[in-house]
Amino acid sequence: MKDYILKFWQGLITIIIGMRVTFRHLFVPAVTIQYPTVKPELPERERNRLYVNMDDCIGCDQCARACPVDCIQIETVKSVPGDDLGVTSNGKKKALWVTKFDIDIAKCCYCQLCVFPCPTDCIYMTDVYEFSEFERENLVYDFVTLTEEEKIEKKKNHEEFMIKKEVEKAAAAKKKAEEEAAKKKENGDQPGEKPPDNKE
Amino acid sequence: MIYDWLHNITGSAIAAAIIQSLLPLFIFILPFALFAVLLERKVSGHMQDRLGPMRVGYHGILQTIADIIKLIQKEDIVAAENDRRFFDLSPILVFAGSYAAFAAIPFSGAFIGSNIDLGIVYIVAVTGLVVAGILMGGWASNNKYSLLGAMRAAAQIISYEIPTLLIVVTVIMITGTMNLFTISEWQTQYFWNWLILGGPVFGTAKILLIPLMVISFLIIFLSTLAEVNRTPFDIPEAESELVSGYHTEYSGMKFAMFFLAEYANMFAVSAIVATLFFGGFQSPIGYLGNVFGVKWLIPIEQFFWFTAKGLFFVFVQMWLRWTLPRFRVDQLMAFCWKYLIPFAFVILILVGLITVLL
Ligand code: SF4
Ligand code: SF4
Repeated sequence: MKDYILKFWQGLITIIIGMRVTFRHLFVPAVTIQYPTVKPELPERERNRLYVNMDDCIGCDQCARACPVDCIQIETVKSVPGDDLGVTSNGKKKALWVTKFDIDIAKCCYCQLCVFPCPTDCIYMTDVYEFSEFERENLVYDFVTLTEEEKIEKKKNHEEFMIKKEVEKAAAAKKKAEEEAAKKKENGDQPGEKPPDNKE
Repeated sequence: MIYDWLHNITGSAIAAAIIQSLLPLFIFILPFALFAVLLERKVSGHMQDRLGPMRVGYHGILQTIADIIKLIQKEDIVAAENDRRFFDLSPILVFAGSYAAFAAIPFSGAFIGSNIDLGIVYIVAVTGLVVAGILMGGWASNNKYSLLGAMRAAAQIISYEIPTLLIVVTVIMITGTMNLFTISEWQTQYFWNWLILGGPVFGTAKILLIPLMVISFLIIFLSTLAEVNRTPFDIPEAESELVSGYHTEYSGMKFAMFFLAEYANMFAVSAIVATLFFGGFQSPIGYLGNVFGVKWLIPIEQFFWFTAKGLFFVFVQMWLRWTLPRFRVDQLMAFCWKYLIPFAFVILILVGLITVLL
C-alpha cells in the first residue's frame, strides 16, 4: 500500500517536473534557421563546389593526378614560341594551352585533395553548395576559357610548329651528316650509310 | 435565448432549430479546429526549440487554410479490399459522435444547443458513437495495423469511461443536477465558488471537498484525455508502431473528418472539465456588464471566458503531449484499472459521506 501511494506520488511529481521543463522550453529562442532566406554560417574550412581560376592555371595536371576518383579531366596543348600566355598571379610563366578542363562534380567526393598540389593555388573550394541539377550531364563543369575555334587553332598551331620543328631538325641532322661525311671523305674513310630519319 | 431570437426571426421552430444546431459547427468548431491545429504545431515547435510553420502568412498563420485546400484536392483512395459501406460510414460516425457532444455544452449564458436535464450523461453516452466509428473504420480498412489500432482504441476508450463516469457521478452528487447549464450557473461568477474550490456553499464541507475535488479534476482530466486518444494515451494511433492506427487507410476529406473530430473532441473534453470544475462559462471575477449596467455584454463575456478556459485545457493537453512519452498498452490498462478507478471510487465514497453527513 505504501509502495502504491509512493508510486502514484512519484508519477505526479515527475509529470510536474517534466511539464516545467517543457514549459520553459516554450520560451527558449528557437534554433531554426529559415534556410532559403537565411543561410547558415559555414565553417571556415568548409568544402563545397570546386572552382578553377583559369587565368592562373598552368595546366600542370597535378590536381587531376591527385584526385582519388578521377573526376578531373585535363588536356593541354603546348604553346608555340610566338604565343603570349601571360603569367600567373604568383609570377609563373604559362606554357600550355588548356584545351580541356572538366570536373565531374557528381563524382567529386569533396576530399579537397586536388587543392593542395596546385602550384598556383588556382583550384579551390567555394562556399556554393546549392547546385543541384535535373540532368546529370549538367554537373560536368567545363572551366576552359578558350573557345572551340581557339582550341582548334591552338592545336593546329602546335601541330604546324611540331612539323616545322621536325623539318628543321631533319634538315639540321642532314646538314650535320653531310658535314661529317665530308669530313670523313677528307680523312679518306669510306662514307657510311646515313642513318634513316625516324619520321621522314 | 439565441433560439428564441432565431425563432422570432425565422418564424418557424424547425428552421430555428436547424440553424441553432449548425451554429456551433460553423462559428465554433471549424474556426477552432483551424486555430487549434496551428496552435498545436506552434506549441510543439516552440517546445522543441523549433519555430513551427513559418511560410504561409505571417509566422505561418494561414498554414491550416493551405492544408485544408490541399486536403480538399486530394484523391479519396479506397482500397479494393475495403468494406466500402462501413469504410465510408466510419468517419461520419466519429465526427457525429464528437459533434453531438456539443449539443449539451453551454457555451454561454445565452447559448446552449439543447438545455436537457441529462446533460453530462448524454455527453458521455453519445461519445460512445466514437468507439463504434473507430472500430468500424479499423475493421473495414482490412489492414492489420488499422484493426490493431481500432481494437486498442475501443479497449482504451471503454476502460477510461469508467473513471470518467465515477467522477461525473461524484460531481452530480454534489451539485444535485446533471444539467450542465445549471451546474455552470450554480458555480457563480466568482472563482472561489467553483467546484475545484469546493463549490459555492460555505462550511466544513467546502474545506473537506477541496483536496478531493483537486484529485477528481486530475482523474477526469487524465481519463478524458485518454478517451480522445491524445498523447500520452495515443496508442490507438501510435505512429511508431501502427503507422497511424485506425485512420491509416483514409485519405482526403475522410481523413480530414477524423482530424476534425479529434480536435472537436479535444475541445469538448476540455469544455466538460472546465464546466464541471472551473465554473463553465462563468467569469472568475464578476462581469463588466454588471459593473457598467450593460446587460447584453454578459453573454459575450461568458462566451469569452468559456472559450478561454477551453483553450487553456486544450493547451495543457498539447503541453502534456510534448512532456510525456506514450504508454505501453499494459501500462495504459494498469494506469486506468489500478490507479484511476480505485482513486475515483474512494473519492466517490468520501464525497457521498460528506454530502450526506454535512
Ligand atoms: S575534391 Fe577530391 S574528388 Fe573532388 S575533384 Fe578534388 S580531388 Fe577529386
Ligand atoms: S594543379 Fe592547378 S595549375 Fe595544375 S592543372 Fe590543376 S588547377 Fe591547373
